[in-house]
Amino acid sequence: MTRQQVLDLYFMDARCKLIELAAFLDRVDRSEGEADFRFAAIQDALPLLQSSELGKARAVLMALSDPTSEPLAAAPGKGACGAWPGPSL
Amino acid sequence: MRYIEPHAHMVSRTTDDYESMRLAGCAAICEPAFWAGFDRSSAAGFYDYFCQLTDYEPKRAAKFGLPHYCWLCINPKESEDMTLAREVIAVIPEFLKRETVLGIGEIGLNKNTRNELAILEEHIDLAARHDQMILVHTPHLEDKFKGTRLILDVLKADARINPERVIIDHVEEHTVGMVLDAGFWAGITLYPESKATPARAIDMVEQAGMRNIWLNCACDWGRSEPLAVPRTALEMSRRGYSAETIDALVYGNPLRFLSQNPRFRLA
Repeated sequence: MTRQQVLDLYFMDARCKLIELAAFLDRVDRSEGEADFRFAAIQDALPLLQSSELGKARAVLMALSDPTSEPLAAAPGKGACGAWPGPSL
Repeated sequence: MRYIEPHAHMVSRTTDDYESMRLAGCAAICEPAFWAGFDRSSAAGFYDYFCQLTDYEPKRAAKFGLPHYCWLCINPKESEDMTLAREVIAVIPEFLKRETVLGIGEIGLNKNTRNELAILEEHIDLAARHDQMILVHTPHLEDKFKGTRLILDVLKADARINPERVIIDHVEEHTVGMVLDAGFWAGITLYPESKATPARAIDMVEQAGMRNIWLNCACDWGRSEPLAVPRTALEMSRRGYSAETIDALVYGNPLRFLSQNPRFRLA
């Protein structure tokens, strides 16, 4: 597809998601409570969107991933939350 | 259009979903064994589940003209209990004789623990000893990158495993390359939130090539969409792909992989 075709097909969808993200950031800012590693992970990932290089989706996924390579001694639970809490949690 | 749904947990879905999938052009459904949303308390629970997968569910699908196949294992979410896992693995060979069983799956990792890894290795050994194909589940979200690397290391360390007979499912942008580069097939799962959207799935196919990739909906008891594959076909059409190219991805590719097992036949 040409750039024009990509924009014609996906601009409104991307615009919608961008505003949803902005509203989410406002919602968190309006709320009270302790710092949370999930929100910090999103804040750390946001600058990656400004890159002019290809691979922004991969870079964001990597920013939210466990970068370690050693298996855990035991499962901390069954679920995943979407961001790596760090080695101490 | 026609397509094959190579990964769907139909035990969690309604009969209406079978009808909808058939109406959308589905030609066959494959169902890997998975976590039921709760932990089963004994191997007997898995015995009953394997009976459901190999007996009851094919009959339910057949009412809509759909061939139904399955893969068997104890999933990684319940593999942390190694005693239970080994009891379940001991039951599986009896079921491998059944006509609709395609192989061992979906095995893999969940939280990337030592116990999960040990049971993964025992599943791979089971598959190798019985000359079975393998379907691998990669972990969710933040655990996927690490888990995919660990899984690849284990598979590559076993010289009996032919990568062309192994599909590593739920790849995303940060794992699809390492899976394909190692010679394995890659599965892209289409979920509303936690895996890939149709647009991202097509992006990955455009960048990685479509030769050894399949798309699946992995519909289950959580937020998921049984018609995610035909919706992605529609998205490809909106991007201008020909009917032949779409058919090659959503029908030809799963047919090519699954037909390595002669049991897999379309109606």
